[in-house]
Amino acid sequence: MGGREATMVLLDENGIRCDGRKVDETRRVMIKAGGLKNADGSAYIEFGDNKIVAGVFGPRDVHPKHMSDTDTGILRVRYHMEPFSVGERKNPAPSRREIEISKVIKEALEPAVMLEMFPRTVVDVFIEVLQADGGTRCAALSAASVALADAGIPMRDMVAACAAGKVADTVILDVNNEEDQAGQADMPMGYMPTLEKITLLQLDGILTPEEYEKCVEIGIKGCMQVYELQKKALSEKYFDGENGKGGRGQKR
Amino acid sequence: MDVRRRYVIPGDTITSGPYRPEQNVTLVGEKKIVSTAVGVSEIYDNSVKVIPLAGKYIPKINDLVVGKVVAHTSLSWELDINSCYVGFLPATDVFGRDFSAHADELATKLRTGDLVAARVANFDRTRDPLVTISDRDLGKIDSGDLVEIAPGRVPRLIGKRGTMIQTIETATNSIITIGQNGRVVVACDDAEGLLKAKKAIRMVNSMAHSTNLTERVKEMLESGNGAPQETAERREDDGE
Repeated sequence: MGGREATMVLLDENGIRCDGRKVDETRRVMIKAGGLKNADGSAYIEFGDNKIVAGVFGPRDVHPKHMSDTDTGILRVRYHMEPFSVGERKNPAPSRREIEISKVIKEALEPAVMLEMFPRTVVDVFIEVLQADGGTRCAALSAASVALADAGIPMRDMVAACAAGKVADTVILDVNNEEDQAGQADMPMGYMPTLEKITLLQLDGILTPEEYEKCVEIGIKGCMQVYELQKKALSEKYFDGENGKGGRGQKR
Repeated sequence: MDVRRRYVIPGDTITSGPYRPEQNVTLVGEKKIVSTAVGVSEIYDNSVKVIPLAGKYIPKINDLVVGKVVAHTSLSWELDINSCYVGFLPATDVFGRDFSAHADELATKLRTGDLVAARVANFDRTRDPLVTISDRDLGKIDSGDLVEIAPGRVPRLIGKRGTMIQTIETATNSIITIGQNGRVVVACDDAEGLLKAKKAIRMVNSMAHSTNLTERVKEMLESGNGAPQETAERREDDGE
């Protein structure tokens, strides 16, 4: 994509990756909370060349009614890629992959969202991928989490996500499209930083137990970097950039 | 030492001290109290809560709400109370004990679109909120302008012991009904006063987290330049 070389070295002898990053470096990440007027909450994320927007509605009445649960609220997630988000036009109908990603993002958000506070209601999360470059599920999950907080839906913790992987027998952080295609392993992770719990973990490829542990370790580090940006995005919208760590606070 | 008031987002640890968790916080492990919303955390003598800056209204028994009639059956009205639940207003509440579903037509009293000041009579996890209008100052709202603010900012609009709302009411000579669900009805005979009061309410809504807000609102009301900007805002609202 984007005019990069067709045959490229994924990792050179100096430990520099195909897009110039070091092995433990994420791509440039920018998150913005809000932006969609008609949604209850929204967020926009740029994760390298990925561009994703997430919108949240709810809690609201469940339609169709038979889906509602008298004990708790329910969460619905739709992950969708625009036809123009990839090099060759993508059919806009939901594909097998999109249905799977919708499901894993929903399951990654559920431990964080306090749905039991709103029985008989639904929280709808809509995720639109405007431009894709590998690692969209992690970027989408991070954006969805900010959008949920923006909608004021009670959450135990934020969910930050980042992938780890393996190329040229080396464990790397934040796998891009080329590394995903030609690399040896890709392991997306979702993480709740305060509760220190992993909510999403998938693995495509083969890792030794040692490599797996290394991937989890650097994956969490990547998630923490994304978490800081999520905090910044929400602070910018709600507190004019002050993150409240004592800034305007009064000592007791 | 804990910071008494600070900005928090979901997952931020507020304190590990021996406090009672109240609204919008959750206990993690034995002691850690964590915020569940974007807002301002407040630590009191023995309790902790977060005042949210976003989110929908969650009904509470005895709350005064301003509802909009959306539909009616032969036995009750349904009110949109700006929440994830619909407010139910039983017909007996309006017609009295001798209400008859055959003889009385609900549309004669309240029509779709009417605004109603009501109180939440009953609400729990199992049913939608039951509202009542059989009390003093409750019932159909005939006059005034409706301003919608974020439900989380209602306490800020009222102010400590009602200082903020009293300031606005006295300065503009208006009567303001505040629903806990974020709907505010402003009634004022003087057109300029009405515009000023609405501008002040919107100002509180947009600057809810800033300090010295009562002073700033007072300054704005006294400066006398409330009207022009208001017309511009209004045009924007009409476009929605």
